[in-house]
Amino acid sequence: MELNAISIGFAVFTIFTLGGGLGVVTTRNLFQGTIWLMLSLFGVAGYFVLLSAPFLAAVQILVYIGAIAILITFAVMLTRSVARIKSRYFRLLPSFVASLALFLILLFGITLPIFGGHLPEAAPEYVASTRDLGAALVDENGYVAPFLLASVLLTGAMIGAIFIAREDKAKGGGA
Amino acid sequence: MTVPLWMYLAVAAALFSIGVFGVLSRRNAVAILMSVELMLNAVNINLVAFWRYSETSTDLLLNGYAFTAFVLIVAAAEAAVGLAIIITVYRNRRSVIPEHAATLKG
Repeated sequence: MELNAISIGFAVFTIFTLGGGLGVVTTRNLFQGTIWLMLSLFGVAGYFVLLSAPFLAAVQILVYIGAIAILITFAVMLTRSVARIKSRYFRLLPSFVASLALFLILLFGITLPIFGGHLPEAAPEYVASTRDLGAALVDENGYVAPFLLASVLLTGAMIGAIFIAREDKAKGGGA
Repeated sequence: MTVPLWMYLAVAAALFSIGVFGVLSRRNAVAILMSVELMLNAVNINLVAFWRYSETSTDLLLNGYAFTAFVLIVAAAEAAVGLAIIITVYRNRRSVIPEHAATLKG
């Protein structure tokens, strides 16, 4: 792996992604955690650019950084009980050991085919474009059924979120 | 393309493990939801990387790409409903710790 723009970009986006992720799980202030989450999601968008999926990178920035991170910021501000939680973590040691073991198992599984030479080293030259994706989404042999289902899911989720979070005027007893 | 596939997979595995650690150890429900978002993003990196590095055949040309887009849609829906539930529980219980909303526990 020689030093060129792609490998430098990969290194930078790795620092963004993993550093942001560590910031999310270690910071005490959840508002700062949201900023770390945005950094991590931005790194993932950079990976999408490196993997020649620019449409997904744009969607990642619009949907994740633009919508979900802002939504989480609102939730953090609306549920102001940061000061009342004495300890950040519980089950700290078991979860650390479990996640480290999971990482090592995954890494073993990833690096195992290297010795057998099964994982491809270089990507093929041809790559599908955003135009192909747009055509496939409305093609009846493509993804038109999942596309319609996704729109129904988004509508249902929007109505459901409004319905759940709505202030109940006539509070009818209990939880 | 000089970055081999296993590097993307290793980064995705690390990000997923960070997310698992957050879900298992954090007490705040909003922090748990943020860790779930990290795990979803790790899976998305995997999907796009396998799509990019796989041999292209004409009928499976866009499976990974389209699947990632649908994962993004489901993640958006999950975040909206999850945060609405957290805000409602906070309004009723004055707490964002999941253990405090254990009425249904047997």
